[in-house]
Amino acid sequence: MTAPSEYNRGFEHRAAIYIKFAQAVPLAYTIDRDLCIGCGLCEKVCLAEAIQYDEEPKKKELEAGAVVLAVGNDAFDPRGLDVYGYGEFPNVVTSMDFERILCATGPYRGHVHRPSDLKEPEKIAWLQCIGSRDTHECSHPYCSSVCCMYAIKEAVIAKEHSVHPLDTAIFYMDMRTYGKDFEKYYDRAREEEGVRFIRCRIHSVEEDRETNDLILRYADESGNMQVETFDMVVLSVGLKTPKRLVEVAKLLDIELDKDSFVETGAFTPVETSRKGVYVCGTFLEPKDIPCSVMEASAAACGAEEVLSDVRGTLVKEKTYPEETDVFSQEPRTGVFVCNCGINIAGYLDVPAVTEYARTLPGVVYAEHNLFTCSQDTQVMITEVIKREGLNRVVVASCTPKTHEPMFQETLRDAGLNKYLFEMANIRNQCSWVHSHDWDKATEKAKDLTRMAVARAQLIQVLPQPTVSVDHKALVIGGGVSGMTAALALADQGFHTYLVEQANELGGNALKLIHTWRGEEISGRIKEMVKQLKDHPLVDVYTGATIKEASGFIGNFETTITQNGSDIKLEHGAVIVAVGAEEYKPTEYLYGEDDRVLTALDLDSAISSKEERIAKAKTAVFIQCVGSREPERPYCSKVCCTHTMQSALQLKEMNPEMDIYVLYRDIRTYGQREELYRDARNRGVIFIRYDLEQKPEVKKNGDGISVRVKDPILGRDVEINSDFVVLASAIVPRDNSLLSEMFKLALNNEGFFLEAHPKLAPVESATAGILLAGMAHYPKPVEESIAQAKAAASRASVVLCKDELTIEGVISHVNELMCRGCGKCVEACPYGAIAVEEREDGKSTASVQGALCKGCGACAVACPTGAAALMHFTDDQVLTMVEAALAM
Amino acid sequence: MSEEYEPTIIAFCCNWCAYSAADLAGVSRMEYPANVRIIRLMCTGRVNPNFILKAFERGADGVLVSG
Repeated sequence: MTAPSEYNRGFEHRAAIYIKFAQAVPLAYTIDRDLCIGCGLCEKVCLAEAIQYDEEPKKKELEAGAVVLAVGNDAFDPRGLDVYGYGEFPNVVTSMDFERILCATGPYRGHVHRPSDLKEPEKIAWLQCIGSRDTHECSHPYCSSVCCMYAIKEAVIAKEHSVHPLDTAIFYMDMRTYGKDFEKYYDRAREEEGVRFIRCRIHSVEEDRETNDLILRYADESGNMQVETFDMVVLSVGLKTPKRLVEVAKLLDIELDKDSFVETGAFTPVETSRKGVYVCGTFLEPKDIPCSVMEASAAACGAEEVLSDVRGTLVKEKTYPEETDVFSQEPRTGVFVCNCGINIAGYLDVPAVTEYARTLPGVVYAEHNLFTCSQDTQVMITEVIKREGLNRVVVASCTPKTHEPMFQETLRDAGLNKYLFEMANIRNQCSWVHSHDWDKATEKAKDLTRMAVARAQLIQVLPQPTVSVDHKALVIGGGVSGMTAALALADQGFHTYLVEQANELGGNALKLIHTWRGEEISGRIKEMVKQLKDHPLVDVYTGATIKEASGFIGNFETTITQNGSDIKLEHGAVIVAVGAEEYKPTEYLYGEDDRVLTALDLDSAISSKEERIAKAKTAVFIQCVGSREPERPYCSKVCCTHTMQSALQLKEMNPEMDIYVLYRDIRTYGQREELYRDARNRGVIFIRYDLEQKPEVKKNGDGISVRVKDPILGRDVEINSDFVVLASAIVPRDNSLLSEMFKLALNNEGFFLEAHPKLAPVESATAGILLAGMAHYPKPVEESIAQAKAAASRASVVLCKDELTIEGVISHVNELMCRGCGKCVEACPYGAIAVEEREDGKSTASVQGALCKGCGACAVACPTGAAALMHFTDDQVLTMVEAALAM
Repeated sequence: MSEEYEPTIIAFCCNWCAYSAADLAGVSRMEYPANVRIIRLMCTGRVNPNFILKAFERGADGVLVSG
């Protein structure tokens, strides 16, 4: 029985028993009950007896103190929009379809083909904002935030996958690459990869019935109709909340906004209307992976705050027998070869591999099992280890990536150190990929087993020492991020030091009036300051600077200077939330004429009710001042939204005021798009300019004249303005000292670098040090708060422990061989090695185990062989090379 | 030579990316020639040039470092 594969979006068929998608966890099959004809044959043929054919769905009741909604969202279905022909023309696909086409596990194995005739396309067009930024019925008014970036990515990857030069064109309204390092990716795609970007409005897509090619009609920026033919059209569909999630919200009694996203506030960005229910990801608003991951940790923080009293109460600790001392023993290796049902045994000779293993040096026992990973086999392996006196265990089966920890657990249950274990990957990297060649697969399985056994002879017992953890935290920076992080930690019960260099807390937020949703800021900041000062677990140090720092995760020691005296603080984690600042422009008469303001200048002029603002007849905003320029190639993210807020506020104050916004791309992402629409509806005039032809600002008698080329009129226009507002960039502070003291990397622009842009967006590469707020990248208040809560949650993972276990697979420097050259220090990406002078005056390197991630770069850099990576020493690797080639 | 020449290849793969990719190739049942032997390392930063030289010395025809 087959049905269209949901995973491969109907390009392929699947059976009634199937794995939902390639990376599914657990990687297990499921039965499609709608498709199943009910023969029950599967239950009879399954060797592992893993199928209970008549199993019924079961209801389980869970008691929980907090709930986190991470339910995601759906992609927009463009079938309702007939101008694009999706569902009618085979070569019009959605971006989700195209993701599958590009993927190695997709319908065409990663080769770019078009569906109608499997021809390799030579021209592909992407159409942006499908279902987004569109107030028509069936569509959505908000920006879906992620489509500009994924379209660029798809175009670049399609070019890489294509066998011949591929022409890619992205048709868009505004290119919204506002995330960290996104603008650079856009620049590279345009300038180096040759992706074409066409600013336009799409009229229609039609199909050439003969060739199935697609004829695209669009109005270019000057309003002229253009026609171009493509082999394929990709619709960059947005995100939307499906009905089933609206039902979930009803069931949970949480409120949704008019776009059916969960209602939250800027100061409570992951809290739903129901206490104890938190939300993260795209159910909140369309957003990308880094922001979703940040919010996920922020939601966890919310749950941690309400559950801090019962933290750890459900933890059960497992005990193990004492480890056998095998130091003086000759290796006695046991080899367990897995049939994996027929996954291995169906494609290679498992009994022959087992027989062969028995002949290998050091092997005293070998057997094969139907499933070596099954629970009863673990019990059996434990018995065999004891009975045969094994001190090395090799399992030849699947991949250590999924099963090594489980087998290591079995060794520990049998009283062996977990590092006395080795795996040979004869399924994922052998039987499954050489399924048509029994002899060669068998031969390779023997080789892989021989390599594993050879290595097993040299591996050694490794200790896993522990270090104690100081439960206190240090937060550097008392702006909105630092204050949020400090409160979040203290509310979880962790004593927190908050250090701010200014004499008062609040940072940039003190200068802001409203969040984009209109929530008042300064009152809230005052409230937070009071909460912090009253909190018994928070020590606030204002007017203080960091003097020096040492230590490592769980055990930091930082000296701060306040009023000329030094204070030593001990703590287990650090959150760096030092913020950023407004760029002071050097163009457009800024600093020469006081009628030229920055965005923050305007905010303070509005707050102090300056007459020149309220009574002005004309105002001009210039966007991207200092941003998206060669010397600062990033988008400052907040300025477009801020300009919309200011323009609307000015219109509120004086509806007659003429307001012009000179922009390059309007980047009111997500639901902020509403402000842009409001501004247009209220009569704000938007004129686009190019970086090559920036506006000119001149003094003109009593007024200021702004000259800019209008791309629709095709000629220069001159605006006489009462004042000019520069949406100036956000620039990092001078972070060099902090970066040096805490060994934190900065990116090219001077913002702190996260450990992984997507998977670890609040962690620095140094364990125990987290990042939050604008020190990481420009961001609005609500995102700073989410990131600060995320950082607090990540910090609590360390702070809640009494001790940390140091893994065995770390580097070690042999002091006798070390001459202190420091090559290893340079090679270490994690700041885990330092060269220090010893008591005898000799300088040698030493590894801080809690920081080492076991990459082994130091072992390669070491000219004397003093640095070695445990478990992957030269001998242990070279013996595998030798064994692989010893035939 | 009567038989078709078949090189022997040693691959050093990073645990976190290339090795996982090789696993995924298996999950996806992608067929490739059986003449490559993968050695798992925690990071390709661990690949000492000596490893590569040793592989050639012992008769490898090609060495792949992937991570």
